[in-house]
Amino acid sequence: MTAQLTPGFANPPIEAAHAFRQVLEAMAHPGRIMGLAGIAAPAPCSAAAACVLLTLVDGTTPLHLAGAHDCAPVRDWVRFHLGAPLVGPQEAAFALGTWDALGPLAIYPQGSAEYPDRSATLIVECVALQASGARLTGPGIKDAAWLNLPDPAALRTNAALFPRGVDIMFTSGAQIAALPRSTQIGDA
Amino acid sequence: MTAYNFAYLDEATKRMLRRAILKAVAIPGYQVPFSSREMPMPYGWGTGGVQLTAACLVPEDTLKVIDQGADDTTNAVSIRKFFARVAQVATTEATGAASIIQTRHRIPEAPLQEGQILVFQVPIPEPLRFLEPRETETRTMHALEDYGLMQVRLYEDIARHGEIARAYAYPVRVEGRYIMDPSPIPKFDNPKLDNCPALQLFGAGRECRIYALPPYTRVESLDFEDYPFTPSKAAGQCCALCGAMDSYLDEVITDDAGGRMFVCSDTDYCATRVAVQAEDAA
Amino acid sequence: MYVAVKGGERAIDNAHAWLEDARRGDRAVPDLEIAQIREQLALAVDRVMAEGSLYDPDLAALALKQARGDVIEAVFLIRAYRTTLPRFGSSLPVDTGAMQITRRISATYKDAPGGQVLGPTFDYTHRLLDFDLENGQPVPPAPEADAQAGPVPHILSHLGREGLIQAEPAGSEDVPDLTRAPLEFPAQRALRLQALTRGDEGFLLSLAYSTQRGYGRNHAFVGELRIGHVRVAAYLPELGFEIEFAEIQITECESVNQFQGSKTEPAQFTRGYGLVFGQSERKAISMALVDRALRARELGEDMADAPAQDEEFVLSHCDNIQSSGFLEHIKLPHYVDFQAELELIRKLRCAAAQGLEAAQ
Repeated sequence: MTAQLTPGFANPPIEAAHAFRQVLEAMAHPGRIMGLAGIAAPAPCSAAAACVLLTLVDGTTPLHLAGAHDCAPVRDWVRFHLGAPLVGPQEAAFALGTWDALGPLAIYPQGSAEYPDRSATLIVECVALQASGARLTGPGIKDAAWLNLPDPAALRTNAALFPRGVDIMFTSGAQIAALPRSTQIGDA
Repeated sequence: MTAYNFAYLDEATKRMLRRAILKAVAIPGYQVPFSSREMPMPYGWGTGGVQLTAACLVPEDTLKVIDQGADDTTNAVSIRKFFARVAQVATTEATGAASIIQTRHRIPEAPLQEGQILVFQVPIPEPLRFLEPRETETRTMHALEDYGLMQVRLYEDIARHGEIARAYAYPVRVEGRYIMDPSPIPKFDNPKLDNCPALQLFGAGRECRIYALPPYTRVESLDFEDYPFTPSKAAGQCCALCGAMDSYLDEVITDDAGGRMFVCSDTDYCATRVAVQAEDAA
Repeated sequence: MYVAVKGGERAIDNAHAWLEDARRGDRAVPDLEIAQIREQLALAVDRVMAEGSLYDPDLAALALKQARGDVIEAVFLIRAYRTTLPRFGSSLPVDTGAMQITRRISATYKDAPGGQVLGPTFDYTHRLLDFDLENGQPVPPAPEADAQAGPVPHILSHLGREGLIQAEPAGSEDVPDLTRAPLEFPAQRALRLQALTRGDEGFLLSLAYSTQRGYGRNHAFVGELRIGHVRVAAYLPELGFEIEFAEIQITECESVNQFQGSKTEPAQFTRGYGLVFGQSERKAISMALVDRALRARELGEDMADAPAQDEEFVLSHCDNIQSSGFLEHIKLPHYVDFQAELELIRKLRCAAAQGLEAAQ
């Protein structure tokens, strides 16, 4: 364990509850940018991504760390705070990394027709989240929403798998926006 | 009660519930299996709803609990007290003032708003269960989107009764994909499910299922072109207390001679209207 | 004017106060101590532990006291308490062959290494009310024999050496946990056994009985029934070794069942398995019979459609906390649903009457 291990939630029941409500609001309103702060995350992990991990991931949820996020400080932090088994993308319940590092969406569990819920949730670290870019419609969205998506075509393919497919949380600094598989992705 | 964690459940259990809720939101109308826990109230008395509420609550929430539309029925009182004790949250009877509303068998009359969460207690989450008792079979039907059995059953109703003989727990289709049981709400409430600004979560504790309707989700009650769905309630009656024509009414027997009257099932809606009328009269 | 019924909260408080009062009963009678329940109503305590899935005789005794002797209510209290307990890890499989035996019988062999030990059983008592118990006569200690020398091997292992009974190879390392993951069908045997061991004794007894009467007949004998204490250990990865942390009393039953053989298997005996907390032999035997019945399909037996052979039917209905909760919930108000039905019936009757008039 490294000496610089940063703390998790100071008051887990309350902070996890607050964080979950923000994540839930984000997932229930695809494209809506929500605040998610309060955690000193190990670099290069954003505060928002660290909050999501502390809120949802534990010893029962295999986690894949991709690219630069697969480093000793993050691994130590995961081992200490979450106890999640670190796995490859094929077995991951959650995955963390930049869009490029995470690789093609198809390598993650997509769920089955009988159990579409058994699919991965990807936490995609972004430079910035903006309410502009691709036009989003579908459940959770009144009329339309906009979000700067890294690769609309790949995400459109994911949405076409519905009810199978992965769900995505975009994080940047202390912000989060979500893109469940149910969202229809239009043009920019 | 300091011996118990905030909102009663331990953190590992809440994480499990929260993961299931997010998947449910991502797949509207699909029933996500979750490992329901024994709660301090019996199965069948709202344990699914209680677990959902416990997983969602923050200390700043204002909680409303209704049963049959009323805040004052025994089970609603019991669940409201439970959360006031284990989560120290504020409680209310006013639909508009609540951030989370846990309900059994009704959707409030007052329109819900964005940011609110409506938590339904669900006894039998599987809409196909009464057509096919086996989970292995119904799971395949949902997977293949094979809902022929349901169509046949509804059409048999029409052939026999001239209409679909279902008064509550009337099945709906979510975003054109999953057929969903809306819990035993009267079909009068079905239109409120559609395009609702609030997040709607459904919890079935004994049956270990969570499902959800995100805000602004398309929800259609099953029907046929020549037999369109009609929400219904006591015909031609209005509430004897507040005079409402637009609310769902409970029938109350008033004497031994068969006398009866109708009153709003939503006690907050009724009381608010009575208060406004009293103010106007003053 | 009609006023909507109010006062639910006060009514509940008053009902609870009444319950407390009724629980205590006549104050001239001494209050029951937890230790009295634990020591003198031990079989009720055992059943609460078994179906509550929590091994703690004192808590089970407390639950029985709080539940006024209602066993299912006591099980419910234990289950709800169990929910709030943190989980530190899983124990290693217990070795029932190393059991310190208090009772061990076989219906298939007159004698076997280790012998038959009757133990504290009701089996050969005459069921005559013993009025001496009314006045609390002193009870002399029972005679004692020498302690058992070493491990007592399972009787069915003798059949196994001849290849006459189907071997039960060790299962996969990854044993599912019914209390942590929702039941999924088809369920593997380890999961079925978990559900049965905490299932309702009455329900399993009736199902087992139904197999004896021909609904999924599988010709069971009690190969061995043993009751006694075993040690429970866990492996602690951070320490790198295992520690024993408890000694518990359990009841184990292995049934021997006829099997005619199938297209792929020669005729041989098969077994059903029951393992239950405490001294609960009726439950353990029932569990073994139902376990064996549930194997009908995997063994390729014909006519595998009796209730006890139907996995979804058995597992979905054997938990008495689920079933009693759902059964009793119909006491809750259903005004809204009933009102909806009422309107529907009126409408259908009205339409039928009009149709009749039109026809006339």
